[in-house]
Amino acid sequence: MGHWSFLVLVVVIAALAFDFTNGFHDTANAMATSVATGALPPRVAVAISGALNLVGAFLSTEVAKTISGGIVDDTLVTPWMIFAGLVGAIVWNLLTWLFGLPSSSSHALFGGLIGAVWVGAGVKGVHFTEVTEKILIPAVASPVVAGVVAMVATYLAYVITRRGREREVTRGFRFGQVASASLVSLAHGTNDAQKTMGVITLTLISAGILSHGSGPPWWVVLLAGTAIALGTYAGGWRIIRTMGNGLADIQSPQGFAAETASTTVILASSHLGFALSTTQVCSGGILGAGIGRRLAEVRWGVAGRMALAWVFTLPAAAVVGGVSAAVAKQGTAGIVVICLAAVAVAVAIYTISRRDPVTAGNVNDQPTAPVVPATTAA
Amino acid sequence: MDVKWSALGEVALVSLGVGVAIVVIFAVGVLAASVRPRAAETDAPAGAGALGTVAAGLCFLACAAIAAYGIYLIVPQFH
Repeated sequence: MGHWSFLVLVVVIAALAFDFTNGFHDTANAMATSVATGALPPRVAVAISGALNLVGAFLSTEVAKTISGGIVDDTLVTPWMIFAGLVGAIVWNLLTWLFGLPSSSSHALFGGLIGAVWVGAGVKGVHFTEVTEKILIPAVASPVVAGVVAMVATYLAYVITRRGREREVTRGFRFGQVASASLVSLAHGTNDAQKTMGVITLTLISAGILSHGSGPPWWVVLLAGTAIALGTYAGGWRIIRTMGNGLADIQSPQGFAAETASTTVILASSHLGFALSTTQVCSGGILGAGIGRRLAEVRWGVAGRMALAWVFTLPAAAVVGGVSAAVAKQGTAGIVVICLAAVAVAVAIYTISRRDPVTAGNVNDQPTAPVVPATTAA
Repeated sequence: MDVKWSALGEVALVSLGVGVAIVVIFAVGVLAASVRPRAAETDAPAGAGALGTVAAGLCFLACAAIAAYGIYLIVPQFH
């Protein structure tokens, strides 16, 4: 029978911290357009999303059997590498949050692990073909697929309801948005919470606390679900603002089209076995909805910065994960140093964010990004 | 490398078909629902409003059914 070492405790805490950042990073995926169009008051939106994430965490029975889904060689992975990888993912998630950029939390986690394993076990521990298959191609495909669906749907929604009265139409689509956004939240809970549960469970198994092949104990499910739900409820308003108001001016028919497109793509891909990134699906859906109404309404500058963040997510998290691994390798002292450094970075980023806070109160104000002048001509 | 191109194509086609269908049905429902208040204002024959309400009800029911299927797909216990 194994025992709770300092390292195991640190990995569990880091995994829960990552889960929390995952939650507030991804609230925007489900709720950004509902908040932007006024379908839901901001605080109600994050409360619904948080609750459904918690429900989703308890519903998911298919807990991740591998830490990385085959992207790194799991037999070479040790707890301190997992720890270093998680630190890389957390730091990158906090940094992109500070800039209000919706980047994929899964990519951050994979990136952190790749960096940590590369430094810890050598380049042979990283499966690059898997990286291409599971990250590169889905990253390009997801926004395109969701964007095209949302664009066609938005266009048709406006054509069909053109003769309807605007007030009635807006109200009708807002109602629909609540339903489609809730489905995204539920799907998110069943997918993302189980990744953290998998990481914690596999760490406990490697430490001998759980026997091989055992599922997550109830307290792991509870902690992981709570961490992601609290993160979701905390709101990540900076990213909600970017996705709801920054990318495009979203009206309720567009919000409904974007969310419906995202929900369908997420469900279809998880059902037909093609892994797509939720964040990128939802961003693509919002862009498509912007194009579907009027091309000029899309702020391509914001979209470009977002795409840049997507490209950098994996390598940047990998660098942080790799540096953390190099230090954590030195033993307990190294791990303590990385812990303190991670906390310091988190506090620094939080302090900087307080200079220009984005809250439930001002989430719908226009971001400072340049507004396309074409809108003023209309 | 084993990229599942056919799975990707399938996802794209199914999403396009289903996603667009839901939005179109919902949009027709919203339009039909707005017929009734308009009919009241313009003294149109009373039947137009009732017909609109029934059509809207059917559209929203269809969307609710698809949403229920979505929940069925999300919740593993149902499988």
